[in-house]
Amino acid sequence: MFTRRDFLRTAAATAILLGGPDGLRRAAAAQALTQDDLLRFDPVGQVTLLHVTDVHAQLKPVYFREPSINLGVGAVEGLPPHVTGTDFLSLFDIPRDSPECYALTSVDFANLAATYGRVGGLDRLATLVKAIRAERPDNTLFLDGGDTWQGSYTSLMTQGEDMVRAFNALKTDAMTAHWEFTYGQDRVQDLVEGMLAFPFLCGNVLDTSWDEPVFDSTQMFERGGVRVAVIGQAFPYTPIANPRHLIPDWSFGIRPDMVQAHVNDARAAGAQLVVLLSHNGFDVDRKLASLVSGLDVVLTGHTHDALPRVVTESGTLLVASGSHGKFLSRLDLDVQGGKVADFRYRLIPVFSDVITPDPDMAQVIADVRAPYEAECTRVLGRTDDLLYRRGNFNGSFDDLICQALLAERDAQIALSPGFRWGATLLPGQEITVDDVHSMTSITYPAVYRTEMDGAMIKTVLEDVADNIFNPDPFYQQGGDMVRVGGMAYTIDVGKPMGQRISNLALLETGETIEPAKTYVVAGWASVNEGTEGPPVYDLVANYIEREKVVTVPENTSITIRG
Amino acid sequence: MHDALETGGVSRRTLMISFGGGATVAAAMTLSPGLSLAGEAEVQAIIDQMAEAAPAEGGVDLDLPEIAENGNTVPVTFTVDAPMTADSYVKTVMVMADGNPQPEVARFHFTPESGTASASTRMRLAGTQGIIAVAQMNDGSTMMGRKLVKVTIGGCGG
Repeated sequence: MFTRRDFLRTAAATAILLGGPDGLRRAAAAQALTQDDLLRFDPVGQVTLLHVTDVHAQLKPVYFREPSINLGVGAVEGLPPHVTGTDFLSLFDIPRDSPECYALTSVDFANLAATYGRVGGLDRLATLVKAIRAERPDNTLFLDGGDTWQGSYTSLMTQGEDMVRAFNALKTDAMTAHWEFTYGQDRVQDLVEGMLAFPFLCGNVLDTSWDEPVFDSTQMFERGGVRVAVIGQAFPYTPIANPRHLIPDWSFGIRPDMVQAHVNDARAAGAQLVVLLSHNGFDVDRKLASLVSGLDVVLTGHTHDALPRVVTESGTLLVASGSHGKFLSRLDLDVQGGKVADFRYRLIPVFSDVITPDPDMAQVIADVRAPYEAECTRVLGRTDDLLYRRGNFNGSFDDLICQALLAERDAQIALSPGFRWGATLLPGQEITVDDVHSMTSITYPAVYRTEMDGAMIKTVLEDVADNIFNPDPFYQQGGDMVRVGGMAYTIDVGKPMGQRISNLALLETGETIEPAKTYVVAGWASVNEGTEGPPVYDLVANYIEREKVVTVPENTSITIRG
Repeated sequence: MHDALETGGVSRRTLMISFGGGATVAAAMTLSPGLSLAGEAEVQAIIDQMAEAAPAEGGVDLDLPEIAENGNTVPVTFTVDAPMTADSYVKTVMVMADGNPQPEVARFHFTPESGTASASTRMRLAGTQGIIAVAQMNDGSTMMGRKLVKVTIGGCGG
């Protein structure tokens, strides 16, 4: 899938993963990986950008398995980030079983997890951010790409307040947003105006009545004598991918002309470095960078990609910082005459076990969790198998959710959304309420039970497939492919819209799913207002409690072509 | 900016639903028997009526979302590249949707005094389809722009 030409199209920058050609490798070989190894960096230039994105409310360390399937279509086929597993190791010259292999791929994940442990945790992240700020006090900007306030029990219970407190404590300089909007427009406004201690930048959000901006687009900073403009770009398809009724008065969109106008305004106001803090998704940002001039850096988000090197597109540097607090990106920039003359990049893996937790942040986390700690840590059962979600098609935790949907709602077919978020559980690990919420914690959780005919089921699959595999990234709205239970299908990702899905079959009987025949379907995360049913997190928790030990057989019901 | 506006009616909307969003889904997905979508052939017939030769591609910029947030009210803005002088100006712009039961969305008329040949409106789209704008100049020549707008069932954004 991967060719030499593709390799040459990634920037062969001075980027060094993990502190030098053999930094972590040697440290790991000596079984002596340290915090200093993670922080080691030879600074360059006047500006240090620190970036996290898609933390999904993970206050505490987690396991997180990167995808084994992440297909690119059209012009980006085989290009990073659409490279996984051993292809990824070859592309970036990473040895098997190394810390980088564990952090960046799914190769031998469960075994390596036993060696290298958990990742993330905001108290660990705080230690790294403070150390870099101490080293570069007048040069550093810490930026959050959004999907921060959603994804945990405590974020749902506090309607995002726990994460606002944590990111205030991190002295964040600016953020943009996506899942934040699922708390509804009133709650977002309340938090932004009443509690958030830093700018909430969304230059592409307009009110639906007058097309006027709802939020600031741009914040100007001065770091190391350089005027830096940070422009925020919220997830362009929020009202489509998530319920529009929660944000009825706001309109989104990629709006390349508007991005260009923000860049031009920033330059006119004296910006020497222009940064887009984006939640577009990597492929959308790559295309946007080819259309917009004067943009120096795009800090990408949404698609959860973790790339150990910067990718360049039309002279713009694209950074991909992963998700769930697993990585902190550091990009040092030397700015001369309003242009980036030199840069150095490191994707720092936040290996929880080797970083001393920051006591201040540890206290914030303990405080926000205190009212919920007993419920969060309540053990529901245990898993025999590796449970994960991320990947283009069903992950094993999705299969578990589909098992629960079929059983608890007495359905023939289960549909579960292709979200990218959700931490990983190792074989033998206990499953807690925290773990279930990491996979399901949304503000529209009702599990519906309905009848659909076979034609409708195919339409659903075709529609979602085009939202991920349309060759033009500007037409990609979705997360990953909708997960299914109780049925099999074949997908040809290279086919045009409406022609990718075939061979739909009902698993319980093996019979073909007929267009005119009706089936009982259970699913969750409907974007329709007024959907009724029990909340998915309670339904899944009940199922696990009853099963006590869950097993998830390998899913062989989806055939992928193209 | 325009002195006449005819809006094509759309009798049904088909897709503003989530996947599996409840009992309304199945009903909403099915078009009534006998109601067919316009299709590109019907749009071509309208263009043939309007223009003697095939319209030149380009010159008409269409500002549309790639994916509609709400298929019931999709914003569309067109701008025709024309000097708008007494010698050379846009007389008419026809906006069409090739997947709606009635493809004509709106017809805009201009004079040199209009200054620019640009206008915005909102339209209802029955589903994913192409939006076509054909501009006719005062000398009878025509040019056109086309863009695909997806109307999706939504959800799943991760």
